[in-house]
Order: sequence, then structure tokens, then C-alpha cells
Amino acid sequence: MTHSTGSVSACLPIHSDLDLVRARQQVRQMTAQLGFGLVEQTKLVTAASELARNALVHGGGGQMECTEVTGGGVRGLRLVFSDRGPGIADLDLALSDGYTSGEGLGMGLGGARRLVHEFRVDSRRGEGTTVTVTSWAAAPPRPREGR
Amino acid sequence: MSGAPTSPYEGHVPVLRLGGVLLVTLQGDLYDSAAEQLRQDIGRTVSDSAVGGVVIDLSGVEIVDSFMGRVLSDVAAMTRLLAAQTVVCGMRPAVAITLVELGLTLPGLRTALNAEEAMNLLGATVSALPRRGRREST
Ligand SMILES: Nc1ncnc2c1ncn2[C@@H]1O[C@H](COP(=O)(O)OP(=O)(O)OP(=O)(O)O)[C@@H](O)[C@H]1O
Ligand SMILES: [Mg+2]
Repeated sequence: MTHSTGSVSACLPIHSDLDLVRARQQVRQMTAQLGFGLVEQTKLVTAASELARNALVHGGGGQMECTEVTGGGVRGLRLVFSDRGPGIADLDLALSDGYTSGEGLGMGLGGARRLVHEFRVDSRRGEGTTVTVTSWAAAPPRPREGR
Repeated sequence: MSGAPTSPYEGHVPVLRLGGVLLVTLQGDLYDSAAEQLRQDIGRTVSDSAVGGVVIDLSGVEIVDSFMGRVLSDVAAMTRLLAAQTVVCGMRPAVAITLVELGLTLPGLRTALNAEEAMNLLGATVSALPRRGRREST
């Protein structure tokens, strides 16, 4: 196990659309500091925007934790979005492009998964949802599993 | 350091009328509510006045997510119903790459490289266009 996890460097509330702006700015700033290229910065900021908005809209609000990580000499950023909303009943369905229980495009969750290097959802009905994503400043230190 | 966010858009977005074309210049990071407001403002202006085209300049925009993408598609669909055309211009390469990976190719949207070209597409007079940003002197 070559991954080392730093301490949480920022924890932001997500309770309004102003908080979404702050979350995007935080991720932009941290990815820039970690040496992410412009495209990788933009991908992670966009994924964060999708996941933060999901926590706000579907989860009734929550938080975003940002942690700097290191793996195989490469630096990365891990983001954890958590809420105590209704949870996701059918994860496969929620991840499929075009599925929405509201009036969105249904591209947020599946799209965010494509934009990051590592993606995990933990959700329990009635207890809430936690989505953890990680992206690396260079090629990911471990081979990716089939996506 | 982190206490100085680049002022996110609070009120409304600058919408400039040049002859028969509305030029909307988006800048920085838009609140969801500001984007929502934009949709209404454009709809009202297009239906109230004889506007044949809308140009949305994205050169100052660092990210477009699915919410903003939906607003852009909606504006294009809405103006079409109001007998006007929308052209989106100036999208940054990183934004375009990200949108495609996100799965949003925005098929109904007409695009141009910059505001000048967008105005040309709409047959508007380019001389009326204010000079700004982006073009670097060599
Ligand atoms: N944090 C969450 N809590 C509960 N349900 C969620 C959460 N995140 C996503 N979902 C469910 O998964 C569905 C798909 O999410 P996704 O982000 O792909 O689409 P959307 O939010 O409906 O639309 P958009 O394209 O605007 O993001 C949602 O409609 C919702 O039912
Ligand atoms: Mg969503």
C-alpha cells in the first residue's frame, strides 16, 4: 500500500448555491497548488460541482472534505461529499446517463465518475450518501481497473 | 487567503443590446440562481424587443457543469421558439474537453470561436462590437 493520506485540509458546508461556488473555488485553488494541469483541474472542479449539488438538492445539504493524498510519489486530492438525506435506492440506475428523479439531465453522477480517477459511493436508504473521489496530478499511481 | 473568493455573480448578468443582437458576457463563477435569472432575462428581452439573435460569450467562464449546460440548452431552445437564434462562443478548451467527458455535447447549440464570429453568423454588424480581452498582441 503506497498511498498515504494527509489530514483533512478543508471542510466546507454545502447548504446553499453560494456554498457550491465556494466548493468549486476551494477545489480549483487546491488542484492548482498541487500542480494539476488545467484540464485535470477543470475536470475535478466540475465533478465537485456535480457532487456538491447532488448533496444539496437530493441530500438536503451536507459537506465536502478535501484531503491531500500521496501515492507512488504522485500528489492528489481526495474529496468526500456526505449528506444525511434519503440515500440512493438503486445505485446502478442513479449512475446511468440520463436517469434523474428530479428535473435534471441525469448526467451528474455518471459524469462525475468519468471525470475523476477514483470514485466510490456509499449510500444507505434513510441514512444518507457519501461519495468519495480522488484525482492525481499526474497519471494515477495504480493501474485503473476497467471502467 | 481562502477568504477572498472571486466575486461570484450576485445580481444579473450584463446583457448588451447591439442592433438586433443581444450580447451576453458571462464571467467568473455563476450562482445557480444567477444562471436561472439569466434564462428569464434573455427570454423577456427577446420577446419584448425585436431581437433576432443572442450571443453568449463564455470566454471568461472556467467551468460549465450540467446545471449550466442545461441553462445554455434551454436558452437556445427558448429563443428558437421566439424566432431568434442563440450562438455560444469563446468556450475554453478545458471546458469543452470536460463537457464531452461529462456526457454533455449540447447538440442543439450553435457555436463560434469568438464574439466577432458569432455576430457574423447572425449577420450582425461587427463594427458595433466592443473590443475586449483575449486577443493578445504579438
Ligand atoms: N446525494 C444524493 N442523495 C440522494 N439521491 C441522490 C444523490 N445523488 C444522486 N442521487 C440520485 O441519483 C439521481 C441521478 O443523479 P445525477 O446527478 O446523475 O442526476 P440529477 O442530479 O438528477 O440531474 P443533473 O444532471 O442535473 O445532475 C438523482 O436524480 C437522484 O435520484
Ligand atoms: Mg446531479
